[in-house]
Amino acid sequence: MVPLSWYLMLAAFLFSCGLYGALARRNAIAILMSIELMLNAANINLVAFWRHGVGPMEDLTGQVFALLIIGLAAAEAAVGLALIIAVYRERRTIDVEKLDVLAG
Amino acid sequence: MQLPLGVEIPIPTFEQFIFLQVALLTAVAAMAVVTSRNLFHSALALTLTFFGVAGIYVFLEAEFLAVSQILVYVGAIAMLIAFSIMLTRSMMYGRTSPLNHQWGKSSLFAFLFFMGLLAFVSAIPWPAAGEPVLADEALIAALGKEFVTSYIIAFEVLGLLLLLALVGAVMLARDR
Repeated sequence: MVPLSWYLMLAAFLFSCGLYGALARRNAIAILMSIELMLNAANINLVAFWRHGVGPMEDLTGQVFALLIIGLAAAEAAVGLALIIAVYRERRTIDVEKLDVLAG
Repeated sequence: MQLPLGVEIPIPTFEQFIFLQVALLTAVAAMAVVTSRNLFHSALALTLTFFGVAGIYVFLEAEFLAVSQILVYVGAIAMLIAFSIMLTRSMMYGRTSPLNHQWGKSSLFAFLFFMGLLAFVSAIPWPAAGEPVLADEALIAALGKEFVTSYIIAFEVLGLLLLLALVGAVMLARDR
């Protein structure tokens, strides 16, 4: 049996990678990909806690949550990428450093 | 295994050994996603990460979730991302740096965050092993029952959200 802490460490690593990517990349699509990494890390944690919690056969909340998050991630990716394409059509760039019209 | 200094190194079991391989693959692919200069390589590494996470779900005996992960993430999201990269080619080949001016601070912050999480995770005595789950369709049947009883509202709202996201994405990306 794999200990719970190993799953949590892997999820922590994936989340930190996603955090770095979301903060440091210039391309909007790369930022979206980093957000997907963070969502996956959260999902690993949910399922790992479901598996190691009390009564995994009776209480399926962790798995239900993970499935809802997968659905949400699909919606988020669709709208996010559509936004990026719309911005690219308007401005000919998706470099987030150049998209500063709303900056004060 | 006993080292001369008296330090005990636990020998991983076969299952743990396979888990370490899958986890290493996932972690390396995740690193490649955020460090690769070529955006398309990032997308391919992201697909590999999704496969690795599906493998982790199999280790956690959540097979339905693993299949959903491959269907939704690898089948739909990775595909969408690949098409978006091809539609917005301007920064694909790394003529400019893929990083913005705050990458130094961000990498330091992400590293410290990871170290903090590691310290947190290793400080807590987690339960050693989960209770056994039945390895048949009973789990998936129970999952389906949960979705149409306790979580019916969340399920319906998610369906509505997916419909709205579909319509919204078409509206946003439409050529006017």
